[in-house]
Amino acid sequence: MAYQDDIALMSHLMRRAGFGAGRDEIEARVAKGYEATVEELLHPETQPPVDAYTLLRYQPASLLPGGQPPMGNLNWMFYLVNTKRPLEEKTALFWHHVFATGNSKVDNYDQLLEQINIFREKGLGNYRDLLLEMARNPTMIFWLDNQQNHGTAVNENWGRELLELFSLGAGNYTETDVRECSRAFTGWTFETKIPRAPYGRFPWKFEYRPEDHDDGEKTFLGHKGKLNGEDIINIIVQQPACARFICRHLYNFFVADEPQVPAWPIDPPRDPKAIDALAGVFKDSNFDMTATLRVLFNSDFFKNARFQHMKSPAEVVVSTLRLVGGHELPRPGYGELAMNTAYMGQDLLNPPSVEGWHTGKEWINSGSLMARVNFCAEKIGDPSLPGVRAIINRLKAKGNLSPDQLVDGCLDLLGPMVIRDDTKQELAAQAKAWGQISWDSDTNAQLADQRTSQMLQLIVATREYQFA
Amino acid sequence: MPATETTQKDPVIVVLQLTGGNDYLNTVIPYNNPLYRDNRKAVGIPDNQIMHLDETYGIPHYMAPLKQFWDDKKLAILHGVGFKDSPRSHFRAMDIWHTCEPIKVGTEGWLGRVAREFDPKKENVVTTVSMGPSLPRSLVVQGVPVACVAGPLERYGFLPTIQGEQRKQVLGRFAQMYQPAVGSGLVMDYMSETGLDSLKGEDILKVAPLKYSSTVQYPNSPIARKLKGIAQVHFADLGTRIFYCDHSTFDTHAGQNPGHGNLWTAVTEGIDAFMKDLREHNHADNVILLMFSEFGRRVRDNGSGTDHGAGGVAFVLGEQVKGGHYGEMPSLKPEHLVQGDMNPNMDFRSVYSTMLDKWLKLNPAPIVNGTFEQPAFLN
Repeated sequence: MAYQDDIALMSHLMRRAGFGAGRDEIEARVAKGYEATVEELLHPETQPPVDAYTLLRYQPASLLPGGQPPMGNLNWMFYLVNTKRPLEEKTALFWHHVFATGNSKVDNYDQLLEQINIFREKGLGNYRDLLLEMARNPTMIFWLDNQQNHGTAVNENWGRELLELFSLGAGNYTETDVRECSRAFTGWTFETKIPRAPYGRFPWKFEYRPEDHDDGEKTFLGHKGKLNGEDIINIIVQQPACARFICRHLYNFFVADEPQVPAWPIDPPRDPKAIDALAGVFKDSNFDMTATLRVLFNSDFFKNARFQHMKSPAEVVVSTLRLVGGHELPRPGYGELAMNTAYMGQDLLNPPSVEGWHTGKEWINSGSLMARVNFCAEKIGDPSLPGVRAIINRLKAKGNLSPDQLVDGCLDLLGPMVIRDDTKQELAAQAKAWGQISWDSDTNAQLADQRTSQMLQLIVATREYQFA
Repeated sequence: MPATETTQKDPVIVVLQLTGGNDYLNTVIPYNNPLYRDNRKAVGIPDNQIMHLDETYGIPHYMAPLKQFWDDKKLAILHGVGFKDSPRSHFRAMDIWHTCEPIKVGTEGWLGRVAREFDPKKENVVTTVSMGPSLPRSLVVQGVPVACVAGPLERYGFLPTIQGEQRKQVLGRFAQMYQPAVGSGLVMDYMSETGLDSLKGEDILKVAPLKYSSTVQYPNSPIARKLKGIAQVHFADLGTRIFYCDHSTFDTHAGQNPGHGNLWTAVTEGIDAFMKDLREHNHADNVILLMFSEFGRRVRDNGSGTDHGAGGVAFVLGEQVKGGHYGEMPSLKPEHLVQGDMNPNMDFRSVYSTMLDKWLKLNPAPIVNGTFEQPAFLN
């Protein structure tokens, strides 16, 4: 019984800190221990990186300048499915939700992928450094028009979003602060981009132009001086609101669904003590993401928050592909595969706006629910895929299965999942209609495979499966 | 059938959203205006590729199929459409078009409100059909069902890989598993509603392609496939009153030629096939089609494309439409531009108001949040 609890807790950790895992991996991690696994996840450098050459060999166009969809999606999907550093990739997704930057305007997947790579490399590091990196990131500069923010003519786009969406949250600064903040970032631009046709594009590069910078006196959140952009960031991170804002984001992404960001100034957090705890370590560790996440994953509020989070489309697609296996190589058609998150409402590298995606319940509509259910059912219903085979083989090893054993066995290996009693009664009724299944002859085995995969399909079609 | 209170002749609207900000100036070209040439050195349409509508305006050759609708007086061109202080953000601008709330953030879509008027008791889950994977904000009102069709209609439905005798049984289980129950919480209840509405919609919508036959060949483009799906559902008389589809992306910052041409070729050829199909099936009289985009683009091109602008153009097309120009193109003179963009001179809610009042016979004010002038493009 205790062992089964360990399995359930480890599965929870892997769903949240990564993209789930098959039972073999869960068992190996349980043997290693919970805290040791958290440490391993927090130190991705101890695991091998994804082999980018495989991607290039199969999909050379995925790195061509100015690629069109689905090439950018394909590139990231390959990393998501293959990574041995699940938290690194999950944290990159987290920062992509926060620093939401999209191809609809940037129109350059190479630059967007480069930004994701910054999240991989620095997303578990120091938040202040990451914020500064974003301020100097040409993709972000272009996305929020800071190249049009001149000493003589201030453009407030970046200055405003920096405060509202990337650090403090609405209500924690004045319009004057927005103005002064924007002035401080005048002259932060990038080398002129070259139109695509006919020679492709040069990579974008940050450039600071002192002659275009407004070097005058500024007053920002009570601080006076000839502030430049870096000074602004140093002031921002010291604000108590900053720690709370980033930690509420962490909570919403890793622990349990919060209301949408625009409601945060009005609605209190679901678990204020958890936010306090996270904000405390965030500040004490000098904004270290690894230290903050270590506290998060080892906390009771995290361990107890099972199935309190609606899976994002990226989580649905990636966790399903990693579970069923057989999708490691980026063969022809991989781009279409990668577009499945978009069909569910999350076009990776192309969020609907700088506000990012609305999460939780707002992921669901008739089309997206159907897309979720059908994608998962199609994959889990294919017994030729190695991960599905592994589930069937584990059930098969138990011998003949009664209807209840079939239901319990499938729920266990897909989670262990916790579902409502009435949902379970329906599954049991279906299994009962099929009767006992067994693999004792070729004919029976074929039927047993089919019944098992249909039961798995029915389970991934439940409402409960949409939660992690 | 749930379509008890509707008949074939109930007015239907089709909305085709041109996502990304369509370039007004290269769509309805003021070909005699020297300021057009001055501002469009890189992406201007050469004179020999402009089809004249009259002495003032022309359309680019790649929109050729629209010419016939214009000549037949079935195409209304709505000039200078937009709103005051137009944000240059796609998403905010699109949100404003969807919710009719230019100041605050709206929660209800205008077409969702229309659907609620048509079917207040939620008797028909396919009153609104949207062809595409996401749910446009314009259709969102709490408790109002929308059937979102992400792929071909033939494959619409849950668990398409389970077929044969098993299917009915398994979908029956699915319906049972999605029954709302006391104490399961708001989110689970919302999922129940969505799941069960979609399940009902499946049975209804799936018959549409089975009943369909036509001599019309649609081109092979995403928008043509969506329009064909709309035609199929419309012909099946399922009581659908609102159809939604989109084509993208008109965000032509760079590579506008030939990008803009490819987009409009697909859209206009699709519409041409769609209208032919409607006529062939004697289902054209009760349909009007609205095309809009969240904003127009900057007057002066940027060397290879055009940046986000303000005032744009909308089109309404159909058998019952009174073709012609409505409103006028905002001035291109530098002193009249707002941050380099055409200043909108027709509120987008005016366009909606005419459609609501004259076509759908609904009071526009509560739907578009106010009273607006109604350009008379419908009788």
